[in-house]
This record gives sequence, structure tokens and C-alpha cells, in this order.
Amino acid sequence: MMLVAISACAVCLLMALVRTMRGPTAFDRVLAVNAIGTLIILGIALHGFIMERPEFVDIALLYAILNFIGTFAVLKLFSTGSLGDAASSRKK
Amino acid sequence: MDAQLLISVLSGFFILLGVLALLIGALGLLRLPDVYCRIHAVGMIDTAGASFVILGLAIHEGISLVTVKLLFVGIFLFFTSPIATHAVAQVAHKSGVVPSGRNLAIAKTAKKPTGAEANPKQAAKIRSKVSRKSRGAS
Repeated sequence: MMLVAISACAVCLLMALVRTMRGPTAFDRVLAVNAIGTLIILGIALHGFIMERPEFVDIALLYAILNFIGTFAVLKLFSTGSLGDAASSRKK
Repeated sequence: MDAQLLISVLSGFFILLGVLALLIGALGLLRLPDVYCRIHAVGMIDTAGASFVILGLAIHEGISLVTVKLLFVGIFLFFTSPIATHAVAQVAHKSGVVPSGRNLAIAKTAKKPTGAEANPKQAAKIRSKVSRKSRGAS
């Protein structure tokens, strides 16, 4: 069961990778990278259960937080042109 | 023995349901025509797929610390992924990505001058009708 799930995760990841390469706008790519992050979280958790080492769930939790913050950082860079640091905002 | 069978059947059922949602969402991400449509598909991956797979893993594990961590991951994904997709939609709309398909606002602004050129009387009638309708709506 876990092997079926992790291979389906791999198939979905390849499909999202195709969208990342073909996406006409940058937002398609951000969206596809966000989906790839979610699929990798599930893959890490499933890999931990397959290898009988469920401690991998800690890494999945960390990666979930990083994925969320990374998406928001890229979106903020697109919408405002800076990441909100003092030097670039003073220049504006 | 019986409880073991029930646990494995339940966890397998939930993992397969989640995998189905993941495959549908990835197919939608690949095939749908537009950023806004693809956001819909990614929302399916992030909420339905991830939640069901994590629920299946938690049932498989039983009651332990690992289950608590898995539920933390599931709750975090369940609450933050809609926020992320909503932010993608907002930034895409703000930076001028137009939805594909029949766009009503663009069609109205394109049709108005041609109608006035062809038949000014009828155009004026249409415009008064439109203004009346908008007054009624407001």
C-alpha cells in the first residue's frame, strides 16, 4: 500500500514538473513548485513508514513550514519587487 | 487479529482515497487552461490528497508520538495551503493575468464602440437599458 502511494506521489511529481517547465506565466511555476513541495512532504512521510523509521515525520514537518514560507517569499518578491529589507525599501 | 485486519483495511482505504485525489489534482494541474483553474487543482492536492494520506498513515501507526506529529503536519498543511493558493490568485490578479475563456468585462468594452458606429439609435437604447438595469441592481 505504501509503495503504491509513494509511486503515485512520484507520478504526480513528474506531472507537476512538466507544468513547472511549460508554465506560461511565473504564477504557474510558483503554483507547481508549491504542489511539488506538498508531494515531497507526503513522500518523506511515506518513505519513513516504508523504511520502518517514522522519525522522518519531523523532517516532513520542517519541510511543510519551509514550503509555506518559501511560497510567500517568492510571491512577495513578485508583487512588491523587494523582500521588505530596509535598504531596498529606503531606495524606493 | 481481527482488530489488526480492520486497522490495515481502514488505513489502506484512506491512503488510496488520498492517492486518487493526488492523481486527479496533478492531472488538473497539467491539463487545465489557466492559472486560476490550476489553483483549483492544486487546492485539491493540498487539502484532500495530503489530508487523506496523512489520516491513513496515522491510522496505520496507532496511538503514539508519531501520530501526534503526523496530525501536526496534516493540520498545518490543511490550514496553510489554502492561504498560499489564495495569495497566488491575489498576486496573479494584481499583476494583470487575465482569465482565459469568455471574458465579460473585455467583451463589453470591445462591443460598445462598434454598436454605436453601426446604429446610433439602437446603441443609445441599449445603453439606456443597461443603465436602467444597473440602477435596478444597485
